[in-house]
Parts: sequence; structure tokens; C-alpha cells
Amino acid sequence: MEFKKINDLTWQIPKQGNMRVTAIIYASSKLLESIKRDKTLQQLKNVACLNGIQKAAYVMPDAHQGYGFPIGGVAAFDMEEGIISPGGVGYDINCGVRLLKTEFSVGGVENKIKELLNEIARMVPAGVGKEGHFRINRVILKEVCVKGAEWAVENGYGIEEDLQRTEEYGRMKGADASFLSKRAIERGIPQIGTLGAGNHFLEIQKVSAIYDKKIGDVFGIHSIDQIMVMIHCGSRGLGHQVASDYIRLMENKFGIKGLADRELINAPIHSDLGKKYYKSMSAAVNFAFVNRQMISHWVRNAFKNVLGSSKGISQVYDVCHNVAKFENHMINGKSRKVCIHRKGATRSFGPGREEIPVVYRDVGQPVMIPGSMGTASYILVGTSEAENLSFGSTAHGAGRLMSRHEALRRFRGEEIKRDLEKRGITLKSMSWRGVAEEAPAAYKDVDEVVRTSHDAGIGKMVAQLVPLGVIKG
Amino acid sequence: MKKFYFLNHTGEIKFRAIGRTFEEALVNSALATSSVMWDWEKVEKKIEYRVEVDGRDIKQLLVNFLEEILFLFDSQRFLLCSVENIRIKKKKSRHLLEAIFVGDKLHKKYRTKGNVKAITYSEMKIGRNDHFIIQVVLDV
Repeated sequence: MEFKKINDLTWQIPKQGNMRVTAIIYASSKLLESIKRDKTLQQLKNVACLNGIQKAAYVMPDAHQGYGFPIGGVAAFDMEEGIISPGGVGYDINCGVRLLKTEFSVGGVENKIKELLNEIARMVPAGVGKEGHFRINRVILKEVCVKGAEWAVENGYGIEEDLQRTEEYGRMKGADASFLSKRAIERGIPQIGTLGAGNHFLEIQKVSAIYDKKIGDVFGIHSIDQIMVMIHCGSRGLGHQVASDYIRLMENKFGIKGLADRELINAPIHSDLGKKYYKSMSAAVNFAFVNRQMISHWVRNAFKNVLGSSKGISQVYDVCHNVAKFENHMINGKSRKVCIHRKGATRSFGPGREEIPVVYRDVGQPVMIPGSMGTASYILVGTSEAENLSFGSTAHGAGRLMSRHEALRRFRGEEIKRDLEKRGITLKSMSWRGVAEEAPAAYKDVDEVVRTSHDAGIGKMVAQLVPLGVIKG
Repeated sequence: MKKFYFLNHTGEIKFRAIGRTFEEALVNSALATSSVMWDWEKVEKKIEYRVEVDGRDIKQLLVNFLEEILFLFDSQRFLLCSVENIRIKKKKSRHLLEAIFVGDKLHKKYRTKGNVKAITYSEMKIGRNDHFIIQVVLDV
């Protein structure tokens, strides 16, 4: 494949074949080598061929092969000529990360980590087939999907301030639950307020490094050893069903002729099906916000029950990793509204953007990049440069390196738990197999991903967090 | 003859299901999908669901068929252990499939394994040499 080196961290695939725009890869040489090993770049070239794509098709430093679009892919489409694609968002709609800060320090919780994990696990349903603690009906589920985190706060899960510190303020305004299938609703009803399984987790972390004191202070990340809580989960079966439903509906409506890959199926943004997908996807985004909102409420309660106080626990931010949205971006010197797809990528807006809550608007948006189980996670800040370089986007995590099959062959859950314990990390998991599958060595080096984001200018490092306790679904 | 086996895939889970007939390969693909989520061999045959799906082509039919397992698990906590009376028909340009899903509800005596988010078209292959072979990548 023909490559052009733009600089040490930026690579370009020039236009060829049916590509309407070039493809840009943000990666160190080391990360690029692993990206080249799977179908990421072919998938990126396929994206560059889609109708109405603007500027370039991008992948972030943690890119790997996905379905249709690569994971780590970012693409923006013209509102008139362009398309919207379920494969450009992914099956786990609004899989994302929420970060809570506390005013506890390691000294105050060190002997209580196990107790905290047990208490959180008692409150937060996690693992395959684990249902929510209460049953909602269809009417309420639809209200949840329309109102998003606002519904949760109205019903006593958390506080108004949490909404201010959530992407989209916890509610995608375009959501319409009437376009959700009966199946999506039935899959969603038992799963409200659940963490799920797979790579989803909840971690008690401590701040291990602060790279930017000024911005750290604005985010409420002020001291080494400060205790934080990170929640990583998504829209569960409801979101998966929305993706599957609309792939099927779009296939039936438009056929699959000429598609390089069936999961590239898409609809014009302004078509009936394009609009319905956007509205249903937004409903699933809201469902995921509610899940994280409820879980963070239970985390606060767990701290109160175990440590006698949840004082000082407040939300830093909540970001989506899998989403399509309408945003204004500078294209050819003009600000234009486009439909941006981020699939395994985090929005990374710099100072001044009105989408950022007022408290952070002068410094830029917080970006949370979780590591793999047992490794460091990072807090970054969005940059104005990112708006020019990647439609205001950066990486979303470590990215897998090894198949689950291979991980199961090589690692044993019990051994990983012992290794983590030696390093002072307590693990509570619903499945040994799941632990082995998520073995830290099965993932790329998150440090390298974050350094690349920092040096490429698409997201600047603010702080590093390391886990003390992990709940894995 | 093995019913199914797994292949290496970085991000996700890839399996191949085998059958002397296409129907048997379909049944085995359902067992392969179930095997990722629970020990299907240990599930008792206690309840049944009648399943009817259609598809614009064989690949979509396969996706829709396997998706029933995910749907019944998430919405009804149903664990599949057997697919019976599977029948495929072609009606005009649509492919239709009918089958009975047999299994039990999830409760304490069963252990779940992993989650499957969706059935994908990625690297999907349906073919035959000595046997019928169905290859599917599951998003997990």
C-alpha cells in the first residue's frame, strides 16, 4: 500500500481508486506496524470512498480492524450529499467512559478497597445475563431513551451538576424512541443500570502523575494519590439491536451492490431511513448515559456506606466513544455543519467550543482514555489543533493486540488476579474466563497511544491514573 | 465430526460450524454462538421457543437466525441448547427459516461465560466441500 509520511506521527494514503478523499493515520512507527497487520487500512480506504465524505478519513493511534469502518475511525459527511452509517458508529452505541473524582486519598481507603468493591458490586449489576435491580416498563424505557441522564437525575440518581459535566449534557436532543424496534426495547428493559461484560469495567483508581497542574486543577484532579472512579460501559443489548436493525433495514431498502463490505451499508443523512437511524441511535446514546448515571449514583452510595461519606465525589466528565453527531467544523476556511462519525474515538474539543461545559470552556474538554485491565488510564484535554487535524477527535483506549482465543490459551484468570494483587490491585470479576480474555498483555501499550495523541497534538496529557480495584463484568 | 471450532481473530470471536446438510451447519452455528455465552451442553431441555426469521439472502438469513439467540437471552434469559425441526424455504425473493429453540431459563445452576453483542457479516463464509461450512465473526 502506498504511504506518504507527513511527519513522525502522521501518515497519509493518497487518493487512489474510488477514494474521494485521502486517508490519514495518526500513529508512531511502532503503532503503525501493528495497524498494518490487520485490515484497518483497507477499511479506512473503504470509508474514504463513501458519499459526501469531507477533508479526509482518519484513524486514531489505537486503531484496529472493525466492521465496515475501522475502530478508531473518524469521518465527517456533508449534510446534503453525505451518508450516515450504523457501521460507522459500531454495535455498542455510546460505549463510553465516565470519571468521578473524590476528595479521598490513598491513605484514607487503602484497607477498604475490597470492601468498597464488594459494596459497589452488590449495588451495580455486572456480568453476562445480569439484570437490573428493578423492572421498568416500555413507557418508562421510552422516556429514558428520550430524556437521557436527565431522566436519571429527575428520578433521584445523581445531581444536576452531573448533567453539566456530560457530553451533550447527557441527552441527545434528536432522540426519538418511537423508531426503536420492539426487540430493541425488549432487550433494553432488563438491562437498565447494568455494567455488562466483555471489556466493560469499573475501577477505583489513584492519581499517579499530573502532567498539567493548571488544567488538572480545573478538572478537579489536583493531588497525587487522589482517589478517582472510572466507569466504562455502554447501551447494552438495546444499542446492539439498534445497530443490527438498521443494518438490516438499510440492506433491504438500498441493497448491497457495490459495497466493499456489508457493514459499510449506509443511508443518505436526509433520507427517511437515515433520519430514523439517527433518532434511534440517539435514543440508544441516551440509554447508555442513563446506565452510567445510575451506576455513578450507586458508587456514591457505596462510598457513603463504607467510608461514611461521599463528600467531594463529583463528576469530572462523561464521554462517548461510539457515536454519530451533527457538529460544526471548519472546512475550506468555512464553518459548516457535518455528520461526524466517531467509532472508537473520543471527541477532543479545544478551548472555546460552546459544546463544552462553562467550567471547562477556557481550557478544553476532558478526554478519558482507559487502559486495559490493570494498566494505567489517562486524562487528556482537547485541543484547538485537533479541530483542524481530526475533526476534534483522539484515541479511545489501548486497542486489542491478541485474540481472545489466544489470550485464553496463554493466560489463566486466577494467575492474572494473583499478578495484579502483587502489584496492589484488587480484582473482582464475575468470570475467570473473562479475566483471561482481558489479560493486560492482550492489549496494545496504552502509554504509547497516549504519547502519540499528545505529540501529534490531538489530545494533550493532563494526568495518569492507576487502578487500585477493578470490577470486571 | 466436530460440530464447530474457533479460529484466531484479534478483536473478536470467529468460528466455523460444519454440517452434512446446510441445515445441520446452521444448527451447529447456533450452538457455536451459544457456546461463547454459556455451557450449552449442560443446559436442560425445559422450554421451547418457535422461531421464524427471514432474509433477503442467505447471509442475512444467517445473521437474523443467530440474532434470535441474543434477543431471547437478553429479553427472556433463555439459554439455547438445541435447535429442532429446522426448515428453510424460499418464497419469492426472501429466504424463510423456521425452527424450534430448546433450552432453559438462566438461573443459579448455570454459569454464563462471555457476552456476544452482535452477529456480524465480517469474514462471513458459507460454502461446501465434503461438508457445509458456515464461518461467522461475533462482536463480543
